[in-house]
Amino acid sequence: MIYADNAATTKMSEKALETMVSLIKDTYGNPSSLYEFGQKSREVLEDARAKVAKAIGANPKEIIFTSGGSESDNQAILSAAKAGEAAGKKHIISSAFEHHAVLHTLNKLKKEGFEITLLDVHENGLIDPGEVEDAIKEDTCLVTIMFANNEIGTIEPIREIGEVCKKHGVTFHTDAVQAIGHIPVNVVDDNIDMLSASAHKFHGPKGVGFLYVRKGVRLFNLIEGGAQEKGKRAGTENVPGIAAMAVALEDAVSNLENYSKIVTAKRDRLIEGISDISHSALNGDAKKRLPGNVNFCFEGIEGESILLLLDDKGIAASSGSACTSGSLDPSHVLLAIGRVHDVAHGSLRLTIDESTTDEEVETIIASVKEVVEYLRGFSPVWRDLISGKREFIL
Amino acid sequence: MALYSEKVMDHFRNPRNVGVIEDANGIGEVGNAKCGDIMKMYLKIEDDIIKDVKFETFGCGSAIASSSMATELIKGKPVADAMKLTNEAVAEALDGLPDYKMHCSVLAEEAIKSALDDYHKRNGQ
Repeated sequence: MIYADNAATTKMSEKALETMVSLIKDTYGNPSSLYEFGQKSREVLEDARAKVAKAIGANPKEIIFTSGGSESDNQAILSAAKAGEAAGKKHIISSAFEHHAVLHTLNKLKKEGFEITLLDVHENGLIDPGEVEDAIKEDTCLVTIMFANNEIGTIEPIREIGEVCKKHGVTFHTDAVQAIGHIPVNVVDDNIDMLSASAHKFHGPKGVGFLYVRKGVRLFNLIEGGAQEKGKRAGTENVPGIAAMAVALEDAVSNLENYSKIVTAKRDRLIEGISDISHSALNGDAKKRLPGNVNFCFEGIEGESILLLLDDKGIAASSGSACTSGSLDPSHVLLAIGRVHDVAHGSLRLTIDESTTDEEVETIIASVKEVVEYLRGFSPVWRDLISGKREFIL
Repeated sequence: MALYSEKVMDHFRNPRNVGVIEDANGIGEVGNAKCGDIMKMYLKIEDDIIKDVKFETFGCGSAIASSSMATELIKGKPVADAMKLTNEAVAEALDGLPDYKMHCSVLAEEAIKSALDDYHKRNGQ
């Protein structure tokens, strides 16, 4: 199998796996127990916290372990909203192409009387910090903008947006699930108040993540119970998962430069090769994008068919077509960058990593070309396009 | 468990009756690109018998498989029989479709009916 869906999830690193298995077997004490066996787990937990903090330039006290990106997003946004409401501020700024963990939380707040401004992400999938500043009002309590988009991979000007928020005294949260472990992130330099991350996106285990909360920013609980995580997140800590996340992150961050160089070159070859297909278009900015992300729209065909045929050829990929989501609308991300429905249905996301070989890259290119040509061969839409009955969009 | 039955995958991978009939005497097209599914059916009817049928489809795996199966179910049959084709029959012949894909079988039924309507109109019926 050629695995080209690393934005969905990644393979656990050997080191993360070994760490996890060994802890499950031998270090199963509860970190809240006072005897030495429990305190051994406490040490592992705090060591992991220090590693995670170091990887993003934070203080260990500013790291809360969670179950993953969605929980972190929910807790960050709901906390900032609650703090805002107490101060009479009920306006939140975000973008139209956030992850659903953010958008659905904002929808919930909207029903509770919050005013939500969703900024335009423009054709290239990039948010303008100037537009963030223009949107800030007296009663803005939060700006939440993703670090990098999960579908089209565009990297947002986080540092500049953070600067704007700092200037206006507005809390700034970023969903960095796709960015952490893939591009440099430093919460101090990037002016970030709160940040969400998920271990399985950087070769760690599923069901583990963290939330960075800058000292002085108020945080409320989602889960009530024991005093774990300084009372901010109840529940016995997933020590093996957390420790595995920490080693995966440590490795990813120490290898960032090399990773970026190698994977970006493969990504650009993929983009170059797939661009040969007529009436296709790359989604999102060609350069300001994650090293491993390639996302295309092909006119005249539908995404799920592309995925099934690629699967037959042993290639695992993803699409923003409606048929892959179970809803009638295609990806909100593709619609947000201005792709019309007709074209958004025919999208393909390939997300590679450093284990993807040059040979695999060439196989992917050849397979995508073959599949697109085959499906266009019996598409009534394609027939109308080439006969001039319908106008090409791409 | 796979998303689709073996039958669906077979008809998706090896669609039957794909293409165009140049001298078709009944053509129907349903769906729209905005929703992500378009099916076009071409019929060649002689002596009230569906002598030949071909299809073109823009859509997902189950849309392509449903089109293929629908053509198989009516090929060589009297027009009166083809008129009775239901989406349930298409889905059943495919060993079932996931609930949220049932509309694909509905579209296949509609495409056949639309082509038959066109045939009847051309014949002043």
